[in-house]
Amino acid sequence: MKAAVILLPGLNRDRDMIAALTHVSGQAPLTIWQTETSIPDDIELIVIPGGFSYGDYLRCGAIAARMPVMQAVREKAEKGTRVIGVCNGFQILLEAGLLPGALMRNASLKFVCREVRLEVANASTVFTRGYTQGQILRCPVAHHDGNYFTDADTLADLEANNQVAFRYTAETNPNGSLNNIAGIVNRAGNVLGMMPHPENLIEAAHGGSDGRALFESALGLVDA
Amino acid sequence: MIKARVTVTLKNGVLDPQGKAIEHALGGLGFSGVNSIRQGKVFDVVLETSDRAVAEAELKAMGEKLLANTVIEDFSVEVI
Repeated sequence: MKAAVILLPGLNRDRDMIAALTHVSGQAPLTIWQTETSIPDDIELIVIPGGFSYGDYLRCGAIAARMPVMQAVREKAEKGTRVIGVCNGFQILLEAGLLPGALMRNASLKFVCREVRLEVANASTVFTRGYTQGQILRCPVAHHDGNYFTDADTLADLEANNQVAFRYTAETNPNGSLNNIAGIVNRAGNVLGMMPHPENLIEAAHGGSDGRALFESALGLVDA
Repeated sequence: MIKARVTVTLKNGVLDPQGKAIEHALGGLGFSGVNSIRQGKVFDVVLETSDRAVAEAELKAMGEKLLANTVIEDFSVEVI
């Protein structure tokens, strides 16, 4: 399966993401600059990495979400192409309306950079099938605006449709997210947004490889 | 040209940790009568048009498309 990484000014986790995808799949992903208006047909996984696109001006991800490439991402997503947004990438997907809700300033008002524990809340998505239901993962977070918020009806829908892919364990929720939400998928199940950084736990040299199964799943390297 | 102001505020029921922190800081400065503070944003916009109706329609579209995140924010438009 061929992957592409979206590049925008101010992202800073793009190299980590490219390295993770290359390591897991054995081939370097295509990189696509923000001004591109189309994404090749053979791309089956699109990843938007983390960072501080457009300096977090206005709102995190707000400007990036309105760049031309995001219209192309939207068109691919509507056709079923898999899309992952990590950290700022998650914020961009929310601002683009590809996922429901918003990410607000952390409840502590502090930037958090630490390791958390994640529970796999739904192991049947195309992104999480390499994990077992309820499995607890180690994963780093690094963000200032990761406090997931949505209205009560949308939250109830997310839960009823099993769209919460990852939750922080209650003790390690770093930002005050509703229902300890760390990552969600869209209704169709082909778009994932998450605040933690699985691309930083791929091989032993990272101190662990709990993030690897996410990319193996997304790249179709795990038996369905 | 038309000058206008777009004000973006958090919707009712949306937590505002920054507003809370400001509220506490005001208490620390001795302003004891503050019941609540909600932080928002103000955009002062100058438009080329001189048609008020056109300006209002444009500003409303700007608010919906970019200036506010309508999941968590409301906005109002005021032509000055």
